[in-house]
Amino acid sequence: MKGNEAIAHAAIRYGFDGYFGYPITPQSEVLETLEAEMPWETTGMVVLQAESEVAAINMVYGGAAAGKAVMTSSSSPGVSLKQEGISYIAAAELPALIVNVMRGGPGLGTIQPSQADYFQATKGGGHGDYHLIVLSPATVQEMADFVGLGMDLAFKYRTPAMILADGIVGQMMEKIVLPPFRPRRTDEEVRRQCPWAATGRHGRDHRNVITSLEMDSPKMEENNLRFQRTYAEIEANEVRFQEYFTDDAEYLIVAFGSVARICLKAIEDAREKGCKIGMLRPITLWPFPKKEIERLSAQVKGILTVELNAGQMIEDVRLAAHDAVPVFHFGRMGGVIPNPNEITDALLSHFPDAKA
Amino acid sequence: MNTQDIIKPENLVASRPRLFTDAITHYCPGCSHGVVHRLVAELIDEMGLTDRTVGIAPVGCAVFAYNYIDVDWVEAAHGRAPAVATAISRLNPENFVFTYQGDGDLSAIGCAETIHAANRGENIVIIFINNAIYGMTGGQMAPTTLLGMKTATCPYGRREDLNGYPLPISNLLAQLDGTCYVTRQAVHTPAAVRTAKKALKHAIENALAKRGTSVVEFVSTCNSGWKMTPAQANDWMAEHMFAKYPLGDLKNRQD
Amino acid sequence: MKEEIVIAGFGGQGVLSMGKILAYAGLMNDLEVTWMPSYGPEQRGGTANVTVILSDKPISSPVLDAYDTAVVLNQQSLDKFESKVKPGGTLLYDPSGIHRLPERTDITVVPVDAVAATVELKNAKTYNMVLLGALLKHRPVVPIDAVLRGLKKTLPERHHHLIPLNEEAINKGMSIA
Repeated sequence: MKGNEAIAHAAIRYGFDGYFGYPITPQSEVLETLEAEMPWETTGMVVLQAESEVAAINMVYGGAAAGKAVMTSSSSPGVSLKQEGISYIAAAELPALIVNVMRGGPGLGTIQPSQADYFQATKGGGHGDYHLIVLSPATVQEMADFVGLGMDLAFKYRTPAMILADGIVGQMMEKIVLPPFRPRRTDEEVRRQCPWAATGRHGRDHRNVITSLEMDSPKMEENNLRFQRTYAEIEANEVRFQEYFTDDAEYLIVAFGSVARICLKAIEDAREKGCKIGMLRPITLWPFPKKEIERLSAQVKGILTVELNAGQMIEDVRLAAHDAVPVFHFGRMGGVIPNPNEITDALLSHFPDAKA
Repeated sequence: MNTQDIIKPENLVASRPRLFTDAITHYCPGCSHGVVHRLVAELIDEMGLTDRTVGIAPVGCAVFAYNYIDVDWVEAAHGRAPAVATAISRLNPENFVFTYQGDGDLSAIGCAETIHAANRGENIVIIFINNAIYGMTGGQMAPTTLLGMKTATCPYGRREDLNGYPLPISNLLAQLDGTCYVTRQAVHTPAAVRTAKKALKHAIENALAKRGTSVVEFVSTCNSGWKMTPAQANDWMAEHMFAKYPLGDLKNRQD
Repeated sequence: MKEEIVIAGFGGQGVLSMGKILAYAGLMNDLEVTWMPSYGPEQRGGTANVTVILSDKPISSPVLDAYDTAVVLNQQSLDKFESKVKPGGTLLYDPSGIHRLPERTDITVVPVDAVAATVELKNAKTYNMVLLGALLKHRPVVPIDAVLRGLKKTLPERHHHLIPLNEEAINKGMSIA
């Protein structure tokens, strides 16, 4: 199954209440698969092709405001259009899931894979001080698994989560195990789980208002401080990462998403020749595994970040490594995918001593 | 006869809507919003919809509508109310969902969302306050601003060669198969208010009966933005606004 | 066991679906698989290629720079992938699609006149299955039985009557390669 298809199937099985999207390559299979599956006939999940990405994200905002499990998916240019809505969702403290299957930019760019939206996803994207929980899948299995994980975290912290995938993992097929079917929550369960939601009062003695507006500046600052406390809690609890061959590593690669797999192949080949290279793959890009990189930077002699961009995550890696070791970037852009040899060559060019 | 004799239920001809909160509105004296709010609050209560109503507030003068009417509300981004309403209505079909939007929100920045929600025939009511000006931001030109009308961003009076023509958005919406009812009302006289209330009630009934999208345009005054007294604004509206935006039903499909 | 395969040609030649059938056959045979297309406008007749990896261990990179086997169906693909076949690997090509013959001598080079075979089979759509047969003869990475089970699983019920024809095409490919 393709990564994009896995997202659609996982969403139905999780018990999502609604999906709102707009076609864009390379993620259109998400909407296509959902429309083909017709979940409104089985689970009651609403699927709607909106008139634009802007409308789609605002439908997500509306659904989330009603306490429903709702999501959208798009690719880079479409996700830029969604930034307004994402900022509102974050500011109104609503749970929602957004999927970005990244393609090369800037502008209309290319439909080939890219990781150039790292800054946009992890540093805010829209206006105001907010963060998304950003999950980076490297396999089709993770594409499926992170749908449920992302929405669970979104509900737990009442904040939007994003799956930041790329065209490789969206378009490739792999064998996967889909999560089991879960029934959608009943309206009563929604009201119990989300007592804040705009569901209609249903006997409640007060109205619920979902808004991001607060004209009183001290109160707005208080709101911001509350958001920041939530983000601090997420940073303390939700960092996820995977380490490969780090036990004895003398050099470290840091890479995320599908590119980490290409790096892993390069490392496997290099290890056969005796080069002690390891890898850390951040699974949550926000919160970022700072402590783990700090720990590893005390062990290794150098770090190479490999990204499908001009060097974005490297800024977070450098901050975490505190200049303890040299940190270099290797990347390809505009939809070009590096092969394992290029990665090994890049590592050896910066760190000739890595050669066994 | 003393005061106690007069204050009897049978003598009551008007009262404060039960769904009005205690908040003091921020609307300027003479503004049409207050009367339309009253009609909305009265009808939700009278029709027994308090427990299942969700209103979508716009960006513009009515941004704080959620402070005044005691039902659940969602405050939308500028222009996006019909998209927000679409999702809520589809995810909770038993809800009565309405948007409350001004001319800038609905016919400028939210034109696409409005047209497509109406074209999909979403079972919602779109309440549209058309006062031909951006009130909240200080009286700038709207798509519905009349030719020759002076605003902060067309101080020379709107010119078709520079600013294009006033946009009769309700006429466009009436063309769409998704709308079942499109009407233009006003609240400048007691008679107009009574007619408008009937129209709004009909629109709500349509939403409950899942007949498609209903649009109730209120041709309104903005005496502050128009730089007139409330009475002058009412007269000016009747003379000029109704010429471009005549009152009455543009479409009323019964099926 | 690990087999890294690239299949490349024009869009519309069945490159992606041939890879898909191979990947499903691997699934049926309890192997780990990845199928990674070059996607996009290629779907409309440009050059298309797909990387398929079959392995009995978890697969790291779905993107490769060297292949055990390459199936090339036009000149651009031959130019691009001939040098990327590992020494000792296999290169299958359709002679009707190229004007320059492969030059490598350290790999097994197999011409497969699949166009002629489809004429004999009286069905142009069997083209990629003829090639799959030829591939499986030289690289028996999955049994034909697994291919047929994979087809059954992926084809909609209404197309199941075509499975015998596909089997015939695979056998044809095996016999001509």
